[in-house]
Amino acid sequence: MTPSHNNKILAASALALSIAGASAAQAQDADPIRIGILHSLSGTMAISESTLKDTVEMLIDQQNAEGGLLGRPLEAVVVDPASNWPLFAERARELLAQHEVDVVFGNWTSVSRKAVLPVFEELNGLLFYPVQYEGEESSENVFYTGAAPNQQAIPAVEYLINEVGIERFALLGTDYVYPRTTNRILEAYLQEEHGVADDDILVDYTPFGHSDWQNIVAEVRRFGAEGKPTAVISTINGDANVPFYRELANQGIDAADIPVIAFSVGEQELTGIDTAPLVGHLAAWNYFMSVDTDTNYDFIDAWIDWTGDEEAVTNDPMEAHYIGFNMWAEAVRKAGTTDVDAVKDAIIGVTVPNLSGGYAAMMPNHHITKPVLIGEVQDNGQFDIVWQTPSSVAGDAWSDYLPGSRDLISDWRAPLRCGNFNVATGSCGGSNAAAEAEAALAE
Amino acid sequence: MSNVPRSRPVEARGGAASGPIHHALLLLLLCLLMLPVGAQAQGERDAEAIALLEALDVRAYADKARAIEAIVGSDDPRALDWLQALLDGRLQRTEAGRFVVVLDNRGRDWPVADALSGEALGEMSRRELDRIGINNALRNQLRSAIAVVDLYSPDLDLRRASAERLLGEVDADLAVPLATVIEAETDSGVRQRLVQALAIYRLEQGEVAAVADLEGSLHPRVRVALNGAANGDDPVLADAARHALNGIEQMLKLNRAAETLYFGLSLGSVLVLAAIGLAITFGVMGVINMAHGELIMLGAYTTWAMQQLLPGQPGLALLLAIPAGFLVAALAGVAIERGVIQFLKGRPLETLLATFGISLILQQLVRTVISPLNRTVVTPEWMSGSLAINDALSLTLNRLYVLGFALLVFAALMLIMRRSRLGLEVRAVTQNRAMARAMGIRATRVDILTFALGSGVAGLAGVALSQLTNVGPNLGQNYIIDSFMVVVFGGVGNLWGTLVAGLSLGVINQVLEPWAGAVLAKIIVLVFIILFIQKRPRGLFPQKGRAAEG
Repeated sequence: MTPSHNNKILAASALALSIAGASAAQAQDADPIRIGILHSLSGTMAISESTLKDTVEMLIDQQNAEGGLLGRPLEAVVVDPASNWPLFAERARELLAQHEVDVVFGNWTSVSRKAVLPVFEELNGLLFYPVQYEGEESSENVFYTGAAPNQQAIPAVEYLINEVGIERFALLGTDYVYPRTTNRILEAYLQEEHGVADDDILVDYTPFGHSDWQNIVAEVRRFGAEGKPTAVISTINGDANVPFYRELANQGIDAADIPVIAFSVGEQELTGIDTAPLVGHLAAWNYFMSVDTDTNYDFIDAWIDWTGDEEAVTNDPMEAHYIGFNMWAEAVRKAGTTDVDAVKDAIIGVTVPNLSGGYAAMMPNHHITKPVLIGEVQDNGQFDIVWQTPSSVAGDAWSDYLPGSRDLISDWRAPLRCGNFNVATGSCGGSNAAAEAEAALAE
Repeated sequence: MSNVPRSRPVEARGGAASGPIHHALLLLLLCLLMLPVGAQAQGERDAEAIALLEALDVRAYADKARAIEAIVGSDDPRALDWLQALLDGRLQRTEAGRFVVVLDNRGRDWPVADALSGEALGEMSRRELDRIGINNALRNQLRSAIAVVDLYSPDLDLRRASAERLLGEVDADLAVPLATVIEAETDSGVRQRLVQALAIYRLEQGEVAAVADLEGSLHPRVRVALNGAANGDDPVLADAARHALNGIEQMLKLNRAAETLYFGLSLGSVLVLAAIGLAITFGVMGVINMAHGELIMLGAYTTWAMQQLLPGQPGLALLLAIPAGFLVAALAGVAIERGVIQFLKGRPLETLLATFGISLILQQLVRTVISPLNRTVVTPEWMSGSLAINDALSLTLNRLYVLGFALLVFAALMLIMRRSRLGLEVRAVTQNRAMARAMGIRATRVDILTFALGSGVAGLAGVALSQLTNVGPNLGQNYIIDSFMVVVFGGVGNLWGTLVAGLSLGVINQVLEPWAGAVLAKIIVLVFIILFIQKRPRGLFPQKGRAAEG
């Protein structure tokens, strides 16, 4: 029996004890705990986000089957922000003010997260954000269960340099805040830590839903034909990936010559593409469906049964929701209430099993610990794990490679309770430091 | 998707051999001479084989690389199959430690066969199997090893791929036998490749004469090799290399221009396809149809539906989708014309708003009835990949087909408008409705048919676009602005204008893109059109004569 099983049993018996007197009928009658789901079910991001809605619904179902939480059943409140960033803020307000949800699981793109941030801070809500993002942010009301740059981008580039011997980098991204910030961090990292010349870095941005990739792919092909080992680092998001990979295959760019390492392409995105010509292209995540552990196979089986689709795939943000949901449930049990402030305090330090055979802990900066995995695309649409960090990496809200953010730390425990504490000046920067970091980014 | 371990019939043609070639030859001989061996001998063989495979099942990729070398060096006749299975990620190990080849790795249970005997073992759960993973470096190593063997294959395609692979990878061991292989090679293309491969090796050895063999080749590896030589220590060699490089750079510039032109024409053909239906409804009939993009979307969804109806035959489904897409969009067009537009004749603002509403309704309809998610439209085999003109220029096939299709649609439309009775009536009704009716033309019928034609052509555009972009509810939104832009730029009411405008905007966009970026290039094109319309409000090819005043 694995430790995770032991934990589950412990948790279940603790739960059973805590609700000892309450009968099942009472649990049914009790006021339900409302869980908001804020994922696009239409528009350009639906390809990625709609499965996350299903994941949370499945987790809620599973929790209800175990008797709910604190003797109360859980209830999902689903809204569709339709890949429309301002609409995210409206829907978030609707969830918090109108439906009075206790917690929200949602968002994919950083621009949508930035849109809802003021709403969550104003109405004191709880948001679990499951996607890898660019960092440079720490909010009291948001828990970042996806990877920060030091948990995905930086290890991925280290892999390319140390294991593959790459010397030239093409940074391709969708034109919004996540790719731009990540690429700035990567550029600074490549130049400072590895002495990569300006000529050996190519940066290119495209709009959301871009479909005409011929010129850019041809440019990459030429960029890679100069004799130095070349790789593409892709922060292309959403359905633009389908025509991008199709063009790569059509122009005959082979992973053995110019590997593409993607930070936003997982199993879900690959379902729309014939992967035979893409074998060997890479992705960096903290979880792959091909992870060989029993917890993972159980999760996959549950997912397939829940969706009723034999071909259903799981991916990294789904695991992040799995971890986030369990952490929140654990914190609610610990606090004995769903009150936002109590849960916020209780959740720091909570440790739950992840799907890759280890544990994830919630850090004081509202980020979690994660292993970093590099996978190569296989012809069945799965990733084969070719490299992983020896141990879990703790997420870093403020990058060490950007001026302005270097000195900042985030710690939401009492007595500090500050998302951007400046260790150089010894003061909580308020919005100033964040503004400075942003200004440094914009420059 | 079965990949049964294949034993390749191979023909030995090499002479004196050493290194990888030597091993490869041994392997070939054994393949040919696979005589029934005694049970005991077979047992020993299997023990050796298991030891070879055991060595692969290690964590570190460097150890795996050594194990692959050992297998290449072994004289086991099954070595090639193992290497191929390893390359495909199908060489796996059961929990009991048995080596198996997975025949199909989709779903939860996979059919497997024994790696040693080739005997089928039925289905196994993926939980019980451990795959022997490889990475890109090992993939390269395996491909090179297999390429050396394939050099002797009677199959021309295998030899061609092998020769391509060896470019820049020839070492001292391979150089000697390669010369013999070149002499025996019958196909001139493969022979030329092998000569270049050998020449790169000779160049690296400092042979000045090798430059002559590389001159004029546009292959990037040749250029890299020459670049290396040009910056080398030997002044004579560096001079020769520089001279050869100059010629190559000139050729590359030409090729690059040709490539950009192709990209531009390809993007342009997409614009023409999207806009030409609008050129009829907006240009000829004067109806501002904001739902035009959704008619394109309907065509794309028809392609998807056809592929669902004919599973496993994406090519046939695509061909059938051409008439089907036309019909579906045309019928939708007739419904829109009869249901809404006919009541709003001569009121462009109301038409604009009403058709915009229709476009939203159609989008939501698709979202509710089919799915908000994009649908996967399969690209048939014959439309994937590219047509290599030379080493530096290859034309992607899917776009080449779309370009041809756009020109065909345009030609057909021109024929209809110029040569058919419908075309004559349409032109008559547009020029002077009252007069045409007085001459006995049923203007209402002409309106319906024209709108159906324009809508049907939008459906055709959708069929073509399903091969280039994502098929989803938002597909039409991405093309509606571009379509109006092309029609206005080309000159309202002129099909030739649409063709020229579409193609030239495509080329301008692709010329700008490399230095302005995709986002800025689009903005520049828009600004250019605004300025152009300021100067010539009637577009590139304004209508002349009485029709223009009407």
